[in-house]
Amino acid sequence: MARAVPLRRKLIFTALAWGVGFVIFFPILWTILTSFKTEGEAVTIPPNFLFFDWTLENYAIVQERSDYLKFASNSVILALGSTVVALLIAVPAAWAMAFAPGKRTKDLLMWMLSTKMMPPVGALIPLYLIFRDLKLLDSHIGIIMVLMLLNLPIIIWMLYTYFKEIPGEILEASRMDGASIGKELLYVLAPMAVPGIASTVLLNIILAWNEAFWTLTLTTKDAAPLTQFIASYSSPEGLFWAKLSAASTMAIAPILVLGWFAQKQLVRGLTFGAVK
Amino acid sequence: MGTISLRNVRKAFGDAVIIPGADLDIASGEFVVFVGPSGCGKSTLLRLIAGLEDLTDGQIMIDGENVSDVPPAKRGLAMVFQSYALYPHMSVRNNIAFGLKMAGEPKAQIDAKVARAAATLNLTDYLDRKPRQLSGGQRQRVAIGRAIVRQPKCFLFDEPLSNLDAALRVNMRVEIMQLHQQLDATMIYVTHDQVEAMTMADRIVVINQGVIEQVGSPLDLYNRPNSIFVAGFIGSPKMNLISGHLAATYHAATIGIRPEHIALVLSVGDIQGTIVLTEHLGSDSFLHVDAGEAGRLTVRAPGDCTGKPGDAVSLGFDKARIHRFDSQGKVMV
Repeated sequence: MARAVPLRRKLIFTALAWGVGFVIFFPILWTILTSFKTEGEAVTIPPNFLFFDWTLENYAIVQERSDYLKFASNSVILALGSTVVALLIAVPAAWAMAFAPGKRTKDLLMWMLSTKMMPPVGALIPLYLIFRDLKLLDSHIGIIMVLMLLNLPIIIWMLYTYFKEIPGEILEASRMDGASIGKELLYVLAPMAVPGIASTVLLNIILAWNEAFWTLTLTTKDAAPLTQFIASYSSPEGLFWAKLSAASTMAIAPILVLGWFAQKQLVRGLTFGAVK
Repeated sequence: MGTISLRNVRKAFGDAVIIPGADLDIASGEFVVFVGPSGCGKSTLLRLIAGLEDLTDGQIMIDGENVSDVPPAKRGLAMVFQSYALYPHMSVRNNIAFGLKMAGEPKAQIDAKVARAAATLNLTDYLDRKPRQLSGGQRQRVAIGRAIVRQPKCFLFDEPLSNLDAALRVNMRVEIMQLHQQLDATMIYVTHDQVEAMTMADRIVVINQGVIEQVGSPLDLYNRPNSIFVAGFIGSPKMNLISGHLAATYHAATIGIRPEHIALVLSVGDIQGTIVLTEHLGSDSFLHVDAGEAGRLTVRAPGDCTGKPGDAVSLGFDKARIHRFDSQGKVMV
């Protein structure tokens, strides 16, 4: 009997965890299910959960009407581009803060993070005007810069926590061995920080892929990523839920798969340094 | 070559002065040990010489050339760190070769030098392993290999043995001393262990609170300490320090006498006491004697000494070996 209570408690918690997980995942599941329904089936009340006529016609129509690959490749370019540029800035920045901190380093880190607390819409008008005047609207370069700046504070924070874990003596040893700052970063620091850099890259790709506010307002066609692809099925077409769902499923599928395979790395990255 | 001179070297972090001003000359080929309690600034002094810390003031000269603003790698020094600081992602071979690669030496030359260093340090069989696959002693040897392969003017050791167990420490101590004889290079060695300092050094530099208290050969410091600090720090067991009435009879604020300069005597000696503890080392016995006003004294007795706790003893001092210190803690002549 002594074990009965913990077992029951364990069951309850397991059920609860699955329940919460299901609730969180439900909108995505519902979107995927709806994408296989006909437009009529999609709006029936009460909704039909599993027993409807499964169809792929929405996918066919969506593929026919808009160039999925164009949007997807834009998403890839923007996500990867912003990540690479962000790393080029964040690695040296985090290195400096971790290994040669000044009196104000902590304040600087806080300030960078505080920029994430500002509502993006506050910067919309000035940024839009700047983009317009510099002819950056709907350009890859422009959006890459915005996404990069958007995620830079988080990337620097993550790398900073990683680098803090690396003993400074190893870098000093490389300095004694004659490594320049560049070589120290490339041959000593980066290889040791590979797991940290990898999870930072993954997270940044996911954040950049999912970013909607700026990509929706600053792109129209040439640089439009999958967020635009989804949006194009909402307003102008009226409420075609099934097609909208098919478009959404196509847009989130790549990142969902990436996230699934990388989840171990991601969790490790996000909780790094929390428990030692 | 490999002479090093410090001229009024000062280091402060903000308002905290770590080294208020140090002057020192180290001759080529000398084995110099910086010794002092933890936090005394000895490692900082070493790091200043290495170039890993910036000078606040003063000059560091290597072979007569002012290197105060020269980056670490250009000073021609090599350093062995307390934590070994090996590159964890590189094999032993690449760890040792890294400095040579950075210097852009041709591959054939690098291979030859690495092979030679590995042979010297018995690492040949481990060249393709990663540091995590090595024992503490082997890691330390890799760290030394990384240093010798660059043929530096001077080796800097920052408490290199403190992470090793006692038996290994004694072995590595001998290995480092042999290396010094083989290479005939200048070596500066930082430790808080006075036994290491006594056994290894040509000259010892005793540092206390950032100040060089005394510089001299091990026996010099042992026989002629110029302050209470050095007297108490060098020698194991410690020198007995007695102040008060007994010191006053020698016209000093404090007198010091080493355990081996106190003898058990049958007649009425200089002072009476009771044994409270005995330590038998085989070759010697150390008796801890409660000598009333003089406090607790350590006395070295022969290994077969039969004294036991509770015995009353009479102690005689070797008068010629009494060190007298003034109220400032400085030696009186």
